[in-house]
Amino acid sequence: MRNPEMFISLIKIVVVLVIMLTAVAYIVLLERRLAAAIQNRIGPNRVGWQGFLQPLADVLKLVLKEDIVPKSANKFIHDLAPVISISVALTTFAVVPFGDHITLFGQNIKLQIASVNVGILYILALTSLGVYGVTLSGWASNNKYSLLGGLRSSAQMISYELAMGLSIIGVVMLAGSLELDKIVQAQAGWKWNIFLQPIGFITFVVAAFAETNRLPFDLPEAEPELVAGYHTEYSGLKFGLFYLSEYANMLTSCAIITTLFLGGWQLPFLDGLGLPDFWLSLFHVGAFCLKVGVVLLFFIVIRWTIPRFRYDQLMNLGWKVMLPLTIANLLATGFVILLFE
Amino acid sequence: MNVEIIFFFLIAALAILSAILMITRRNPIMSVLYLIVNFFSLAVMYLLLHAQFIAIIQILVYAGAIMVLFLFVIMLLNLGDEARLTERPTLKKMIAVGLTTVVLLQLLVGLRLLTASDSTSLSAHATAMGTVESIGKALFTDYVLPFEITSVILLAAMVGVIVLAKKKFQ
Repeated sequence: MRNPEMFISLIKIVVVLVIMLTAVAYIVLLERRLAAAIQNRIGPNRVGWQGFLQPLADVLKLVLKEDIVPKSANKFIHDLAPVISISVALTTFAVVPFGDHITLFGQNIKLQIASVNVGILYILALTSLGVYGVTLSGWASNNKYSLLGGLRSSAQMISYELAMGLSIIGVVMLAGSLELDKIVQAQAGWKWNIFLQPIGFITFVVAAFAETNRLPFDLPEAEPELVAGYHTEYSGLKFGLFYLSEYANMLTSCAIITTLFLGGWQLPFLDGLGLPDFWLSLFHVGAFCLKVGVVLLFFIVIRWTIPRFRYDQLMNLGWKVMLPLTIANLLATGFVILLFE
Repeated sequence: MNVEIIFFFLIAALAILSAILMITRRNPIMSVLYLIVNFFSLAVMYLLLHAQFIAIIQILVYAGAIMVLFLFVIMLLNLGDEARLTERPTLKKMIAVGLTTVVLLQLLVGLRLLTASDSTSLSAHATAMGTVESIGKALFTDYVLPFEITSVILLAAMVGVIVLAKKKFQ
């Protein structure tokens, strides 16, 4: 190999993508089983042991289904929209550090696909692009329910993006860097940002719910009013892509929440155990996965606990509660940093 | 010819193509889409100049926020029937086109005169300028007055918009 760095990057991309897609498939199963448990049902448990082959069966079914495009739809954009959704959902993960360093075959490998100088801004930029998939699918379907879903989605994203960006700034101020690996390192020990930035954590999590279109913020696809919202006119694999991107977005959001507020791959007592380097790195990755899993469970339980907002409540919460709260948090953080440094 | 130059020409071609497609499409939604493609190719050009921060802001602000608003408004107003919007060329418009061409030519000549040196490699200083840290430092030290004045102007614009919107709804 002429360029080992590039080769390693390629391997990292493939490994992370495969793990992500598998994880997404099982998050769907987890969600269905958990939802069933919350609602006193059994849930999918027939395909394989405890339903473990259910994701496979789902994918097979989606692939075999006919792809129907409405007659009056804009074919090109109708095809393009799910592709935008899924590519945005998958590429956001590129800057998330899922471990420190690991030494494999004499190569010191950084457990992060791309460490870019702009770090968090990259995530914000990509999440702001995710709205195109939803909005365009709503428009291209040429269906009033889809269009309403798309419109709601763009209004919602614009409203909550600001709160999301502003709640991150407190974290950036504490770490003194936009790079995610430096933010993780700044949270060594128990200096997790969830304790230092509790308000920022709450506003960020709420904004993350809104940006991923999860209940209680799933107005773009509110079933009682909009049939299925923006993806009413989608079937087969294209619907599958929307489904996949929703869960991939959820996974990435959980990973970002973990990185920004829950200390990323660090566990406070882990470094003191005196483990050999290789095992330490593996435990770091394990700690990261564990934390992401806990946040995921939180996301799922919230979905089946809190009912959907009304549209005016959504806008009031975004502009009149979240935005002032994040700005106040920003000022307070700046003030405290000035006082103690 | 190194890879960067070839890449630049590809991206430049994409930018020009998308810009032309943007103004020739009849469907306003398609125009918006091509404008987004154009913004993306601009962002890639900034990246080629090692201006990471500007590139990401280009995507975050223009492609991610402003164009979403554009799309929102176009979809809300449902501007489908663009035939009514087409206008016949008047004398005023002819003059406008003439003046724009003159300005474009001036710009081209100016650029030709200014970029006398044909060095393609970037200096280390230019590379360091593109990072968030150096832009932040420059904004809050050397350019702090223009920066603050800009924020005051933006605030004034915001207040103005609110006043105008309130008047309409009362």
